[in-house]
Amino acid sequence: MPDLLIELFSEEIPARMQARAAADLKRLVTDGLVEAGLTYAHAGALVTPRRLTLALEGVADRSPDTVEERRGPKVGAPEKAVEGFLRGAGVARADLEVRAEKKGEVYVARIHRAGRPADEIVAGVLEGAIRDFPWPKSMRWGEGALRWVRPLHRILCILSGPEGAEIVPLEVDGIRAGATTEGHRFMAPGEIRVSSFEDYQAKLKRAHVMLDPEERAGTIRAEAQNMAFSSGLEVVEDPALLAEVAGLVEWPVVLMGEIDARFLDLPAEVLQTSMREHQKFFSLRDPGTGRIVRFVTVANRETADDGATILAGNQRVLAARLADAAFFWENDLAVAKAGMGPWQEALASVTFHARLGSEADRVARIAALARELAPAVGADPDQAAQAATLAKADLVSEMVYEFPELQGVMGRYYARAAGYPDEVATAVAEHYAPLGPSDAVPTAPVSVAVSLAEKIDKLTGFWAIGETPTGSKDPYALRRAALGVIRVLLDNALRLPLGRIFGENSWSADLTGFFHDRLKVHLRDEGVPHDVIDACLAMEGADDLTLLVHRARALAAFLKSDDGENLLAGFRRANNILGQAEAADGVEYSFGADAKHARTDEERALFAALEAQGPAIERAMAEEDFATAMATLALLRTPIDAFFEAVQINTDNQIVRRNRLNLLSRIRALCLGVADLTRIEG
Amino acid sequence: MRQPTCFQDVILALQAYWAGAGCAVLQPYDMEVGAGTFHPATTLRALGPKGWAAAYVQPSRRPTDGRYGDSPNRLQHYYQYQVILKPSPPDLQALYLGSLKAIGIDMDLHDIRFVEDDWESPTLGAWGLGWEVWCDGMEVSQFTYFQQVGGHDCAPVSGELTYGLERLAMYVLGIDHVMDMPFNAPDGPRPLSYGDVFREAEAQYARYNFDQADTAVLLRHFEEAEAECAALLGQPEVDPKTGRRIVMALPAYDQCIKASHVFNLLDARGVISVTERQAYIGRVRALAKRCADAFLLTEAGGHADAAPA
Repeated sequence: MPDLLIELFSEEIPARMQARAAADLKRLVTDGLVEAGLTYAHAGALVTPRRLTLALEGVADRSPDTVEERRGPKVGAPEKAVEGFLRGAGVARADLEVRAEKKGEVYVARIHRAGRPADEIVAGVLEGAIRDFPWPKSMRWGEGALRWVRPLHRILCILSGPEGAEIVPLEVDGIRAGATTEGHRFMAPGEIRVSSFEDYQAKLKRAHVMLDPEERAGTIRAEAQNMAFSSGLEVVEDPALLAEVAGLVEWPVVLMGEIDARFLDLPAEVLQTSMREHQKFFSLRDPGTGRIVRFVTVANRETADDGATILAGNQRVLAARLADAAFFWENDLAVAKAGMGPWQEALASVTFHARLGSEADRVARIAALARELAPAVGADPDQAAQAATLAKADLVSEMVYEFPELQGVMGRYYARAAGYPDEVATAVAEHYAPLGPSDAVPTAPVSVAVSLAEKIDKLTGFWAIGETPTGSKDPYALRRAALGVIRVLLDNALRLPLGRIFGENSWSADLTGFFHDRLKVHLRDEGVPHDVIDACLAMEGADDLTLLVHRARALAAFLKSDDGENLLAGFRRANNILGQAEAADGVEYSFGADAKHARTDEERALFAALEAQGPAIERAMAEEDFATAMATLALLRTPIDAFFEAVQINTDNQIVRRNRLNLLSRIRALCLGVADLTRIEG
Repeated sequence: MRQPTCFQDVILALQAYWAGAGCAVLQPYDMEVGAGTFHPATTLRALGPKGWAAAYVQPSRRPTDGRYGDSPNRLQHYYQYQVILKPSPPDLQALYLGSLKAIGIDMDLHDIRFVEDDWESPTLGAWGLGWEVWCDGMEVSQFTYFQQVGGHDCAPVSGELTYGLERLAMYVLGIDHVMDMPFNAPDGPRPLSYGDVFREAEAQYARYNFDQADTAVLLRHFEEAEAECAALLGQPEVDPKTGRRIVMALPAYDQCIKASHVFNLLDARGVISVTERQAYIGRVRALAKRCADAFLLTEAGGHADAAPA
């Protein structure tokens, strides 16, 4: 059984696409081979910036022969039909068999298909994979029509066994498959002929190509840590950067460099961001001081001067970059210390939205709202308003213009420099949070007030002008804002009914509905089914999300229990009987059940249970202790089950019948007081 | 390979290299542009079926980057070196690396990397895929395979190389502040630095761009350029005076360039809001698209009926 080696050699593949591309090549080729009946024992994909490699071990020599039986027309069918069948099946008349079936004799063709040799199948599958490769972005080049992520130069495709390697005959848009590749662009230029995967891997290693991205990443990590350690420093972990850098080199050479002393006072976030974003450097931190003091860069080659020229160049580039950053920092600090006046002015000329005014208008609204919300979240109203007023100022600072991802972070530095209290500065930094699902939720009261105000202002603003998200279109990220509000409210257990915040506007109900939809998505991820939420949404006070979720979680847990399930069945039965009786009688049975009309023990027992537990349930509900309310409700399960087991509701005695229906209505009312159980599905 | 000693050595080496590689060495376009791509030798010639090979220096203006001549590396007026090859040859990367050697970069000592950087010009309705090329962590060039210009698919595809000349030369020469860079031979009879040539100009234009450019006049210029572009393209193809078919793609495109530059100035004056910005970019793009449409109706654009110039 031969092994198959495929290498697609191109100009530099973007780092972020490499892992996915290797997996896609493996999937497309192995799926194609299996579909064509060609088996293999093991498949592995590797990738470097210039090549996608796939190695398959133990590929079958050919696909198996197959026989397909095809039923044709009846014996005696018109000649034309028979001829058509012969043509379609590709068999001769003499080869037809006749088979007796229930409805008479039919012709049957047995179509023999010889298995195909592996090279033929591989050629077809690989060509298809190349032509339909799912690159996130692909391009044409020169005069060709083929699309690839960057120009494709070589296709290496060989089947190799003990007798040697055989090139799979294949040509895609003028690129003919061969048995050659190239080594490192600079360290080992020129063609390399290979005869198997082992040969390929070994020759490439000698040609300064480390094929395995994991090996490259591992080498970079280990060497960076060693260098840091030997200088008494630690590497600031950055897995995304590590993966990216491993995708930029075929032969990683790790170099450690100095940061010019005049830049060491820059905020750590600025150093780290500038080095990561612009230079793809790792930051090295002094564990004693927490400051970033050196960097590690990864070159793609060894040099005769052991990287001295490369490192010197990198240090010079970094110095130029940091000179820019230091210039921004000093200018910004001067503005901050003078009270940020020019920034506040600048915000007035930045349009937030044509119909919602400038950023300054928005800041004023957020400040007013933060002040209003402050007491409910335990924040000092003046501090909340102050933090809100400063929250957006850094957007027009020079540093944030250069590094937008430092918004908020810089605001905190500037607020401190301007002499504001820590609570205020922290709120400036935290008011955007939470941004993503994994982002931490602010808990400091002033931060909470501004975070809520910022998002609620955005939502109410866009609702007021009717620019709400539709389908996949959410250009102002309003879904994320609503989810942010939900998480801040829930994580801090805040009792802040949305209705009180939104006021009575034409859009308030719609916006509340939007929150409820977001909440459903949020709780679904947590395992609370949507119908449970619907059952709670129907209750009073559903715009108090903390209360709502509290109720929904308790109900979801309750309904998962045996007691809950049975009680729900009992409720449904009661509700159905009542509904039918009420429809038939044209009255509502809602009160007046009296134990003196009870005729059976089960009836009396149910009365007694309701007497005993009813007030406890109502008390627990009044205290919003849903778990207790539902646990108490569960105590009714046995008497209800026994009641339904033994008692026939409909009797000739109208007084007894009415009494029983009124009794059922007490069960219904108690249950519906907890949640609208009619909404529970299933 | 002779090690360059001044800014113009780098330019001359590139000119000689690309002339040797078969490019027509053109001169800068005589209008204010934000980047070498705006030169019709790139934007328009990337369109249509005909082959093309050109290289040129293009003075480029980015009003918002002005720093009064103080910044070590930011300038409101700088030079780009632009190469366009259509169709893109299969060995374009090797050709490009040859140009770095030609300006004195020793491939055995430096670390050259191709880092993903997709290029998009919203004002030109153009995009392409490629890289920024790094030398020891510094971006020295943009390398792009044009896919679309003016809303039209490029077929064949052009390969475009753009070198930021000041930055590249500073790197090659080991200079930290652009104004200190020798412009001509430092050991010649009258050595001039980049600062001798441009420091005052940077200050003057920074003052003009940031504070003095008359925004009312600029806004009017924008409208006028837009109107004239549309008017030129609205003319019948056959010139009533000569009776010849003359599609005025180039004069119309000049107006598009003008509108684009005026927009950049307005942007530097800070009078364009975030939302308006998109609208202005869209208006320039609409002009660029119409010019691209018109270019395809000319002989250079591959139109069969076009009268020879």
